Amino acid sequence: MAGLMEDFGNFTHAVVRAIPDSFANEDSRRKKTVEVDLAKAQREHELYIEVLRHQLGLRVLELPADESLPDCAFVEDAAVVCGDTALITRPGSDIRRKETEAVKMVLKEMNLNIVEIDDESATLDGMDVLFTGREFFVGLSERTNQRGAEILADTFKDYAVSVVPVQNGRHLKSFCSMGGPDLIIIGSSEQAQRALKIMKQMSDHRYDKLTVPDDAAANCIYVHLPDKGHTLLHCTPEEFPESAKVFERLKDYLLIPVSNAEKVKVDGALTCCSVLIHKKV
Amino acid sequence: MTTEVVSEAEVKKEPEKADEQPAAPQQDAEQESEQPAAIQDGDTPRTASPQTDRKSKEARGLSRFLPPWLKRQKSQSRTEPSEDHEDKAPMEEQLEAPPPEEVSPQEAERDESHSIGSADTQPAKEEKGEEFPERIGDGKEEEDLLESKAGEKEDEPLKAEAEAEKSSLKPAKKMKTVTCQVTLLDGSLLPCEVEKRAKGIVLFVKVCEHLNLLEKDYFGLCYKDHADQKCWLDPAKEIKRQIRNCPWQFAFSVKFYPPDPSQLTEDITRYLLCLQLRQDIASGRLPCSFVTHSLLGSYTLQAEMGDHDPDACCLDYISEFQFAPSQSKEMEEKVVELYKTHRGMSPAQADAQFLENAKKLSMYGVDLHHAKDSEGVDIMLGVCANGLLIYKDRLRINRFAWPKILKISYKRSNFYIKIRPGEAEQFESSVGFKLPNHRAAKRLWKVCVEHHTFFRLVTPEQPPKARFLTLGSKFRYSGRTQAQTRQASTLIDRPAPHFERCSSKRLSRSLDGVPGLGMDDQAGATSLGRTPGEKNGRDPALELSSDSKSKLRVQGENIYVRHSNLMLEDLDKTQEDVLKHQASISELKRNFMESTPEPQPSQWDKRLTASPATSLRLRAQAAFEEEVPSSSLLSSTVACTTSVPAAEGAIAVGSPPAAAHVAEKALPRADGPAYSSNDVGKTAEDKQKSDTLEQAEVEIEETVVIKEVRKAPKVEVTVPEVVVTAVTEKEPEKKPGGEAEGRGGEGVTQRGSTSSDSHSESEDEAEYHPQAPSVSVDQIKELPEEEEELEVEAQPLEAEPTAASPCPTTEEQEPALKDEAQNGHPESQSPQGSVEEDEEDEGEPKLNGDASRAETEGFPQVICCSEPPVVKTEMVTISDTFAAQKTEISTLEVPIVHTETKTITYEAAQVDGAGDSEPGMLMTAQTITSESLCTTTTTHITKMLKGGVSETRIEKRIVISGDSDIDHDQALARAIKEAKEQHPDMSVTRVVVHKETEVMEEGKD
Repeated sequence: MAGLMEDFGNFTHAVVRAIPDSFANEDSRRKKTVEVDLAKAQREHELYIEVLRHQLGLRVLELPADESLPDCAFVEDAAVVCGDTALITRPGSDIRRKETEAVKMVLKEMNLNIVEIDDESATLDGMDVLFTGREFFVGLSERTNQRGAEILADTFKDYAVSVVPVQNGRHLKSFCSMGGPDLIIIGSSEQAQRALKIMKQMSDHRYDKLTVPDDAAANCIYVHLPDKGHTLLHCTPEEFPESAKVFERLKDYLLIPVSNAEKVKVDGALTCCSVLIHKKV
Repeated sequence: MTTEVVSEAEVKKEPEKADEQPAAPQQDAEQESEQPAAIQDGDTPRTASPQTDRKSKEARGLSRFLPPWLKRQKSQSRTEPSEDHEDKAPMEEQLEAPPPEEVSPQEAERDESHSIGSADTQPAKEEKGEEFPERIGDGKEEEDLLESKAGEKEDEPLKAEAEAEKSSLKPAKKMKTVTCQVTLLDGSLLPCEVEKRAKGIVLFVKVCEHLNLLEKDYFGLCYKDHADQKCWLDPAKEIKRQIRNCPWQFAFSVKFYPPDPSQLTEDITRYLLCLQLRQDIASGRLPCSFVTHSLLGSYTLQAEMGDHDPDACCLDYISEFQFAPSQSKEMEEKVVELYKTHRGMSPAQADAQFLENAKKLSMYGVDLHHAKDSEGVDIMLGVCANGLLIYKDRLRINRFAWPKILKISYKRSNFYIKIRPGEAEQFESSVGFKLPNHRAAKRLWKVCVEHHTFFRLVTPEQPPKARFLTLGSKFRYSGRTQAQTRQASTLIDRPAPHFERCSSKRLSRSLDGVPGLGMDDQAGATSLGRTPGEKNGRDPALELSSDSKSKLRVQGENIYVRHSNLMLEDLDKTQEDVLKHQASISELKRNFMESTPEPQPSQWDKRLTASPATSLRLRAQAAFEEEVPSSSLLSSTVACTTSVPAAEGAIAVGSPPAAAHVAEKALPRADGPAYSSNDVGKTAEDKQKSDTLEQAEVEIEETVVIKEVRKAPKVEVTVPEVVVTAVTEKEPEKKPGGEAEGRGGEGVTQRGSTSSDSHSESEDEAEYHPQAPSVSVDQIKELPEEEEELEVEAQPLEAEPTAASPCPTTEEQEPALKDEAQNGHPESQSPQGSVEEDEEDEGEPKLNGDASRAETEGFPQVICCSEPPVVKTEMVTISDTFAAQKTEISTLEVPIVHTETKTITYEAAQVDGAGDSEPGMLMTAQTITSESLCTTTTTHITKMLKGGVSETRIEKRIVISGDSDIDHDQALARAIKEAKEQHPDMSVTRVVVHKETEVMEEGKD
């Protein structure tokens, strides 16, 4: 069956998208009135892509920015890829709906089985989808609803799809991510811990957890590299010094701190900025 | 089997015996040791004749192996002389006569060769008992055997019985045989001839023999009832009683999907599992992705076709295979592409790979049931090896692992689980779900009990206690646990049997051909949320979808029916009553009341329909199973609508009428709602009298309490927890209107030392029932078996409390009940008017006013007892959508139908704070209810010694409830007498006469 655990973390490609200049604009989309330094953000993003390309050895497919889509760099929200199937999402924010088009095109070119959501009532942000290698957890948030989760379940029938309520305008992966096979990295906030508890209850499988002090630091990218083994992209000590220390505990891991200070201001976590794909050749 | 056979058997037997002599001593010893038990059981046969003697011996020897329920039969026969005549006679006969079939030499040989493994063989009990020792020779084996006994018990005893029955019958008259059509997993039909009165095990064994299957514990036979529901054939019960008027068509299927198929011992077992999974996949019951369909399909080809032949064009024939519910050309190409990569793989390897991939599917082995949560939202409950899964549409919204579940119960159409408090939580919470109808609830309950037992328990221990408890009930999961079957499998010592893999092409076709069998579940499974119906066309009803209202549901109910025997059976009369989902309680109530009982379901439906949200469906079930007359109560209720006659047959005199009228009464009540139990009497009576019964309430509760025992005496088991489930069935009691009920409560206390701490599960079946007033309790279905560690708590609701206080007064209880209900106890009396039949199970029907008895009976909390005729409130808690376990309680007021409750709870040594006051453990509780009589037997172990020795106190509470016409004194006298017969040492500690009138409770919502 697809998605065997042994394949977990194995990726060959990454889809990314450049940050448009409109990124830093005070859009209505931004609830926070945080100053975002566009240049800095773009620089961060470039470094991020460099890491994917050179350190992780992925083939990076970079989509051009679209000025009309300020958040287009957060491609994770646009698609959920598991095995050979890509579910093109229907983002909860209507101004972001068009972001999926370019992503869909590129995934199509990769010969993935494309599944689209044609249900107008469904919303799904990729950031709310946590795939553990064994099952899916979907955060029911402001951006993702039940119907969206159902469609995800229909798309990936092999797996159990459990729902986890997520409040406060956040996404499920705003405070967690996979840190390896069966390892969940989780933030310390009450919300994060509650979500973890729910996930644990819903699963037939026992996951290990790694708790970090900062929720934002819990969003990491795990990749299993053929030559380097377990590899984790995580926050820098500058951003979250306490959390960064926690990652030191991961033995046998190649730890790669990646700066994400600007993007995180707009909820742009590490996982947000790419769609990782395992495409057997 | 015919007479001839019998004679042969006898002849052979004799010699065998001689041969066995060496072993004999052991046996004798065993027998002797067991004698006490036997005696209690009252082997009637023993005295009878030489033959009998033999039998008795066997019986005794076998008794070890006998599952509780078997024993119970004996007990029944004794205890219930009056009632059981029919059954009894046969049984005795059985005992006397040598088992015909088994005797055959071949079989005997087989047994020997594969002692454990060959459950199939039907060797007579004796043979096994005697031979085992011999064969086994080495201590090791013996141990295994011992362990396996539990497992064997089921089969063998059953077989033995079944056979015994046959044999017994033979002399009397020629056995009538019936040809069963069994659809095998490869789609072929196997005609099997069995005696008309044969038990399920007989047929199952035959099928397994035909298949040459030793690891058969994962499998079962199912049939479709008249509602087109798939039901598991209970091996311990007569086939005929289970299928009723349905055709003798069965499907051999996987009942428990092994989580790790690689641990199966034989390839043939894996092969059969593959066949089942192919069906599941093709039918959509087991959803998978395109890639997985393709991969599994490629293994199927490899297993069935061998290596890919480049010269042949696969695509030609490949489309004849069904790899998915709907397969595209693209998929077929993918299948072939993958197929080519399997070159060199043997069929067995291909099957193994198939299973390795299939087992990872999230819905593998998940048995889905439609339900609603507290808010009326359609959900699906999935029972699997690890616990209970809750789905909404296709999303998993909650999960309760077995270790988290303390108690499983159902009442009417509500299904409840009590959850172990989390770390931060102090109290246990209960979660309730609304099933489409009572039968569905019961089915789900049984499936849960079985899965829990099978996967979670290591070993069901033998019930030492059985001795004490004369009453036994039967039903429970009688098979071996997975641990046992694995262990038994290790003893399989035979060359891998040769078997032909047939093409799955044929499979698909055949399935089509046999519409009814086999595939049902799928529907449910297919789409969690919205499954359409079952395979057959009928299913519209099946869908639970919110829209579907009562009508639909009525038929559809659950897709999976298991052990529904209880309720299923009668076509004619009985139809299941179903309470359907409740939308608004009040509506239900109204509807219920308004609805006039009509025999036909359809009418009911219509009426029910009237109530938009909720539909109650009452169907009367005419049929009672013989064994479980009690269940009839429900039926009686149903009957009210349907057919009175039916009710009569099964039920006691008084009740039937009541039932019949119930519907009518209901209306009246609605009008003049208030019957208070106390005051009501008059009015109620009047009304009732006129109609006979105003309402019948049926409440059925079955609860299984699972506790994990830490102490468990047994170490063997890995499984930490022992679960014992006891199910008690209550027999329906009917009380006519709100009139006074006479209750006699007897408390008998005995003390004995129980050797084992654990208990086993008890099963309940409602066996029979009684006629109304006169009848006594005889049937007890549950035999409590002990499981090692488990403690049994009395019936969930009631039992526990009862245990604590030996003789609660009924009055007291009632309040308690209410309270509980309010609290959200699962048990709550069902407000809703749904009447269901419980034939076998426990249903205690309560007629309107009668409620009292139930309460009285001793289930303190539980509603089991009858309550005031009028309205009872149930609390239903529905699980939260999300993991958080909430307890929401909705109270419904519903007219009550009669209720039967049987509950047996086993609790672990440490009792959770169920609120039992007793220090001791409650080992078992049984409640037997006849129309007028309800007996609750609770066994407490007051002191638990770690060694496993404990002091046991058996408390028996007998509640006699009845119409106003009941002669209390007489009934009481009889009850006491019977009790004394069973427990000579007992003393009557309290007699309470309680009159209840019907009360309308209106405030409760």
